This record gives sequence, C-alpha cells and structure tokens, in this order.
Amino acid sequence: MHMPQTPTFQEIVFKLKQYWSDRGCIVQEPFDVEVGAGTSCPETFLRALGPVPYRTAYVQPSRRPADGRYGDNPNRLYKHMQLQVLLKPTPADVIEQYMGSLEAIGIDLRKHDLKLEEDNWENPSLGAWGVGWQVMLDGLEITQFTYFQQCGGIDLELVPAEITYGLERLTAFLQGVDSVYDIEWTTGVKYRDVRYADELQYSVYNFELADIPTLWKLFEIHEAEARRLLELYKDYSDKHRFPLLAAYDHVLKCSNLFNILDARGAISVTERVGVIGRIRKQAVGVAESWVDQSSEQPA
Amino acid sequence: MNLLLEIGAEEIPDWMLTGALEYLGAAVAAVLKENHLGEANIRTDATPRRLVIRAEGLIAQQPDSEERVWGPAKNAPPAAVAGFAKKQGLDPDQLEILSDGKAEKYSYIRKTAGRAAGAILAEALPQLVLKTPFPKTMYWTGKGGIRFIRPIRWILGLLDNQVIPFEIAGIHAGNESSGHRKLGAPRFPVTYENYEQKLRENFVILSADERSERIRAIPTKYKCDNDLLNTLVNLTEWPTPITGTFDPGFLDLPKEVLMMVMRHHQKYFAVETPDGNLAPRFVAVTNTDGDPDGLIRHGNERVLRARFNDARFFWETDQKRKLIDRVRDLASVTFQAKLGSYLEKTERIEQLVLHLLLYTESPGKSPTEADLRNAKVRYTFGPDKPEFQVVRAARLSKADLTTELVKEFTELQGVVGGLYARAQGEPEDVAIAIYDHYKPVSMEDSIPRTQAGRLLSIADKLDTLRGCFRVGLIPSGSKDPFALRRAAQGIVKILVEGKLRLPIQTLCEGSMQLEEFLAERIRYYFREIRGFQYDEVNAVLSSGWDDLLDLEERLEAVRAVRPTEDFEPLAASFKRIRNILKQAQFEGLGDTLQESLLELGPETELYEQFTATRSACRMLQDYRAKLERIASLRPPLDRFFDKILVNAADPAVRRNRLTLLHTVLAEFSTIADFSEIVTNSPDKESIK
Repeated sequence: MHMPQTPTFQEIVFKLKQYWSDRGCIVQEPFDVEVGAGTSCPETFLRALGPVPYRTAYVQPSRRPADGRYGDNPNRLYKHMQLQVLLKPTPADVIEQYMGSLEAIGIDLRKHDLKLEEDNWENPSLGAWGVGWQVMLDGLEITQFTYFQQCGGIDLELVPAEITYGLERLTAFLQGVDSVYDIEWTTGVKYRDVRYADELQYSVYNFELADIPTLWKLFEIHEAEARRLLELYKDYSDKHRFPLLAAYDHVLKCSNLFNILDARGAISVTERVGVIGRIRKQAVGVAESWVDQSSEQPA
Repeated sequence: MNLLLEIGAEEIPDWMLTGALEYLGAAVAAVLKENHLGEANIRTDATPRRLVIRAEGLIAQQPDSEERVWGPAKNAPPAAVAGFAKKQGLDPDQLEILSDGKAEKYSYIRKTAGRAAGAILAEALPQLVLKTPFPKTMYWTGKGGIRFIRPIRWILGLLDNQVIPFEIAGIHAGNESSGHRKLGAPRFPVTYENYEQKLRENFVILSADERSERIRAIPTKYKCDNDLLNTLVNLTEWPTPITGTFDPGFLDLPKEVLMMVMRHHQKYFAVETPDGNLAPRFVAVTNTDGDPDGLIRHGNERVLRARFNDARFFWETDQKRKLIDRVRDLASVTFQAKLGSYLEKTERIEQLVLHLLLYTESPGKSPTEADLRNAKVRYTFGPDKPEFQVVRAARLSKADLTTELVKEFTELQGVVGGLYARAQGEPEDVAIAIYDHYKPVSMEDSIPRTQAGRLLSIADKLDTLRGCFRVGLIPSGSKDPFALRRAAQGIVKILVEGKLRLPIQTLCEGSMQLEEFLAERIRYYFREIRGFQYDEVNAVLSSGWDDLLDLEERLEAVRAVRPTEDFEPLAASFKRIRNILKQAQFEGLGDTLQESLLELGPETELYEQFTATRSACRMLQDYRAKLERIASLRPPLDRFFDKILVNAADPAVRRNRLTLLHTVLAEFSTIADFSEIVTNSPDKESIK
C-alpha cells in the first residue's frame, strides 16, 4: 500500500498545520514543559477559559511514562506526537472541517469507513472534562474529539472543540506500515532513526532507574512553589503582572513527576486518588486565578 | 394531518437511541392527547445522526371548547359583580344567574376557539425535545445554554408538508434533511411522503430493522451476538458488512482473548468453522456502501493484527512467571483501602473456603480453630483430592491481576487465571474453578460449572460482602460501587441452583445489616427469578433462611398446598392467633399448658387434634405432607374461635388459653409464618 505519493511524517504535519492555518488557527510551536497530552498546554488549558474566542493548532510531544516499551512494541510509545487543534467557540461545521483535514492529507473518505464512537474525556488532575468521540478510521482510532465543558473545575463560557490527532498512528495508516518505527519521517529517514534512543532510554529510566525519593522530593518542591505563588496572587496589587503562567509550569512538572512515579510502581492504588487531588488543587487554583486575572486586565 | 419531525444531531451514542425514542414517542402522543389533536398513529426511528417522529391522523384544528365560569353569589354587592365581569372582559348584563347546585351565582359560558395544530406543536416541540432524558448531556452554545446529548445541527419539522415554525438552540425548523456524511448530500428538501426514499437516495436507511437485515445478509457464517448487532445497527446509517482474515497462527492464543479483542475492542463478529472452532476470519460492519478496492478490509486487518500481536506479547510475557509465584506480588495490589491488599483477600478466601468445605463435610456443625488448622494441613497435600483443588484454586484465584493480559483486558480476570493455570499444568479442576469464579456476572449468567468453582465463587463474594459491610461500604439507593448486590445475588443463585447446603445466615457473622441485605436478595431471587408470590416468600423467610435449599423446599410446599381448600382459612386463623397474642402482650415464656384447665368441648378438641397433628408431623419428612396435615387443623380452630372466649373471666383460664394458642402457633411456624400469607379473611381480631 505504500505508494510513491504517500506523504512522509513531516509532510503530514505540514499539511495539517497549513489546513488549520487556513481556517484561522494560530499555529503554535510545542510547549516547552513536559506534558502528558496537548490538552495540558496553557494554549489549551488556559485559553479555553474565559470569554475570548481563540483558535490554535500545534504539535505537542506528549510523555506517557507508563506506555513506554523500550522501543520493542510496534504501537506503544513513551513519547508520541499529538497534533492539537482548539476551536473556541466551536464552529457549527466542525466535523465537516475535521473531515476536510483528513482529505487534505490524502485520505479519500468515500473509500474509507469513518465512525464517531462515544468517548468522553476526563483529566482528573486538571479538573477538566468534556464529551465527544473517538474517531475510528477503518477500525483504527485516529483522533480524539472533545467538546470541553469544564477546565480547572470551571464551566466554560464558550465551548471549544478540541481535536487531537495521533500523528504516528495516522501516518502508519497512510504509509501502510505495521510498526510506528517503520514510518518514514522524511525521505530516507525512519521514525526509528529519530526516536528509538528516546524510547529505550526513557523506558529504562522510568521503569528501572528513576530514584523514587528524589522524584517525590521534586514533586513536593514544585507543588510548594505553585502553592506559594497562588497564595501570593491573592493579595498581589498589580494582578495583570502576576506570573500565573509560571505557577502553571510547576503544576505541569508535578503532573509529569506523578506519571513517572506511577510508571515506576511507586504509587499504590489508594495513594493515587490523593496525589491526583493534590495536583488538581493547584491546577484549579491556577484556573480560577487566571479567570480572575483576565477580568482584571486593563482594557 | 401528518407530522414529520427529525432532530438532526452530531453522532448520538449508540446505546442511547432506544431510550430517547421511547421518550419522544410517548411525549408526542401525550401532547396530541392533551391538546385534543386526535389519536395519531406514531412511529419513531433513529440513526446516529437523527431522531425521527412521524405521526398520522392528527386533527388540523382543536375543537372549540366551552367552559362555565362561576362568579359571585346572586346577593353579592354590585361592585363585586362588576369586578368579576370586567375580569372576564364582559358587561355585567352578559352574565346569567344560575344555581351551581348549592347556591345561585353569577356565571357565564366561556368559549375558547380551538387552536391550529401547527401553532400548538410549534409551542410544545422545543421543550419536548430538550426534555429527552439522556444519561450525560452537554452544552455547546455557551455557558448556561441549552443541553442535549450532542449539538443539534438541523431540524426538519413538517405538518402536512408545511414547516412548523419553531427553533431550538438557534436552529430553525425547515423542510430539509441531511444525508450520509460522505455519500449523501448535506441538505435536501423532503416531504412527508418521500422522506424515507430521499434518505435512501442519500445513503441513509432509516429503519433499524432494515439496517439489521443488511448486516445479517453477509454470507459469511458468523457468531451472531445480539448486543453487538444492536450496537452496530445504531452506529451506522448505511451498514455494509465486510469479511476480513487474520493469520491462523494467532489461533494458538486462547479463544477468549481473541474474541474479546474482536468483540469489545474492534466491534467485529467472530467467525466459526462448521465444527464450532474459531476461524481465522472476522466480520466488520462499515458505514459505507462497499469496499471495492479492499482498502477498508486491509485497514481493519492491520489494526486487528496489531491488537493480536499485543495480546500475544502479553501472553508470552506473562508465561515467564507462574501464577503461584505471582501470589506474593498481590501484596502491592490494593483490593480496597480499608480492606487491604489482594494478598490479604486471597488469605481470607482460603480460610473461607476451608470453612465452607468443613460445613459441607459436617452440616450444622460450626468448625473450630483446630478444625480449620487440621483441614488446612489435610487439604494442602494430595492434588487428586477435590478439597485440595478448591484450596489451591483459592490460593491462585487472584494472581492473574498481576498479569499484563488482565491489565489490558480487565474483563477477562478469572478467565485468564484459569487459562494460565491450565497452561502451567495445574489440575484441570483448579483451572476451571479459577476460570469460573467471577460467575454468575448477572442473573442470566450460569453458575460455575464445578463444585470447586462454586465454593470458590461463594468464598470470594462472601469475603467482599463481609469486608465492605464491616467497614461501612454499604450500598445505598443506586450507588453500589463494589457491585455488592450482584455479589449477594450470585451467592443466592449458586447456593440454590448448585444445591449447596451452607449456613448462609451463620456466615454473615452476626452483621444484621448484611443479613437484611442478603435476605432482600433472597426475596428478589425467589420472587423475580423463580416466580413465587411475595407473601409466600415472606412467610417462609420468617421461619429462617440459614439453609436456602430447605427454604426452597418449604416454599414449594407452600405453593403446592396454597390452592387447597383449608389452607388460606387456616392462614387467616394463624393471623388471628398472632393478633390475639400481640394484643394480650403474651410472650408465652415460662408458661406450660395445664390440661386440667381446658374446657370440655371445642377447647379440648383443639388440644387433642393439635397433639395428634404434632406427633404426625414429627413423623413426616415431606413439607408438603406436613402442611396438608396442619391444614386439617382448620375445623377445630374455627370451632374454637366460634365457641370459646379467650379472654375468660378467670385469669388462670385466660392465661392457659393464650398458652394453648401460642403453642399451636410456635409448633407450626417452623415451616412458614402463615400469618404472612395475604388472605381475604379479616385479620383484625380483638380478644372477645
């Protein structure tokens, strides 16, 4: 099935970015703090809040420590690439637009089977949830589509649609390869050549060598800093100057450390809920302050 | 007139369509009825993107109505009369004076012109649609906006092909529908008459039955699974099944795993060979009109291959450590915060299984600590002994929770443990017991196949129940996160249908809450599943339920004897006795019957008949025969109540009579508490 005109991994990224750029999206570059999903980036999590319309698209490398497989598993990755699109508010023809994006990368939907199957999304660490679908293309889940309802425990003013493409899966599908490592990144270069070392080394770290007490210490340091900042915000006079974005960075650090600790087997099922609650508390704090700050800003 | 209403939405979750249609059909019928728009013929249909109601035979115009309105009394001051008239928009001289049956009053007949059906529907439909009960709704037009299951994108609303003027969420009803997302036109006008045909031209089959037939029409013989079929019918607008294949090498993996991947993860039907084995093929249902280039088949085969490869990888990884070596890893798997790890649970299940084994060996005898220690020693050796096998199965039962395969396919817990036990050379009975021990997962599901599986299943469920009740995790209302109802129901089903004589009430360890919880499940089982009358079930339950097999025998006896002539009158008499004793606050403690105080005639006669019946019953084994014998007490009891005054003047005689009644009641209440039987006879009786 690998035909000469089949796009490479990076060509698919270019085409999707161009497609959404043509539809009014700000094309962002990846966020520079570790996240488990594109949703956690401030471009989605914070921009979804408040009454200001926003459209953005960006590729986000997303780290899922527990999904690492030492580079052995053809479909599972510690770090995969998401193409994240946020359309706020949701245009009425959002699904048609989404289908257009698939055609833009060369999928003739008249010849394929596309189904939208119920799949509601929730991120308890961020107090965020929405309803939507997993988009199935010939039996393969290629996209998560979500109408956000809450972020940081706050009902959203304008309901955004979030479209998250799994880029490796989508490319493997288009290129007709069974393993993500056989994806052609660019002509003559395989995904394996670019990413194998990351997969192997981070799996060793996350499952074997990460020092549990150190990770806990880091977790507590970042948590304390986020908490300190949020406390400070309350009485800060010149609110629009206040570095809530920096506070949020620390929340994301906590979230990633939690994921590594979890992969490392250091968090029991009972503890889990408690630790997630600690992260959520800070995330909700940032979200609430963010809404407050946005309303305080000089016009 | 005819009505066509189509709510066009983004893809509605498949499992919610049926409920939504039930509501909409009934709601439209109710609106028509309330507004006197006729008994219309209503039909409802749905696809993932539309909810459709069609009705025929509506009346175009409500009939005019008249209603008499009553005002002030005839002798009311003129100002009050004028006020009433003004409020009704009339002159006082337009009122008449009439009697409303009690008094003369001012009144008039208010005439209301009937409204047009279109106006009524335009007013009623928006709320009616928005009230559709969906399990989880969303808003999309902005905070505080209306809620529905998914965004509404178009509305088709025609009454005799005229657009009904209404809107929901900014969408105005029109005369257009929408076709299949890719194969049909996005908008096209329709009429009531050509609606289904137009949809068909645009690759939408409105009828769920027809979609179902299209799915079933494929020549490949697949395992039909109605739940999956319904899901696929409600997930497609133009379903076309295709057949794909997979590498027969995957058939080395257990059928259960392959089926789980195909059915639950991919929504494929599995295909069987003529001899009932799994064939290396599957049927996928697409939402297209075909797959001429085989692209869809190829894609699905690729996904399945990846999934099967994952499963094989897990299977092979898991085999590197035996179940028995995994048991200690359960220390780090939490069962429940307050109830410890699965290792602790395993140890409790082992103890319970020993308990149950000892009960089956010597029924009626509670095992001591020493008995348990001895049993443990005896049963830990000798793999050929059935007792060994239950204990071994208990030891291994939860070990599969540490395997990759169960982490991936949690629905297969137990099943995977059984398969691994077999692969690792455990005795077959051990493997089967583990495999079956989550059964029955519903009232329709079968109980475990073997005695070992039944004992293990009961021990596991009982441990969960006892533990949760001990730490206060008791289900309330619809909240039952640990599925305790299902566990309790499973125990009842296994005990009765597996013919196990285990003292279930004793096993509640004195927890009144757990006893009541189990009793409720027992009532439910015998009423709803076995079809006994509720009063029969209550009657036998009142006489004890420690042994459910005994309870079942008593129930069957009561049911058999109930239609006989003497039974219900006897039950009424027993109720009478109970009321008399209750009113007299007579506990019967420390009193013995004194024959010398019995009055000759009906009283001695009752006593003699009673003693004869008592000795006869003690000789009889069969509950039915006993009940028939007891029922023969009816005539002397009737005569007793007819002729004898219980509340005698002499306190000693009175007390003796109460003792007699109490003795009769106590003696015969071991089978059932007859006073629980609902009869037509009066059950209120005071001491005469």
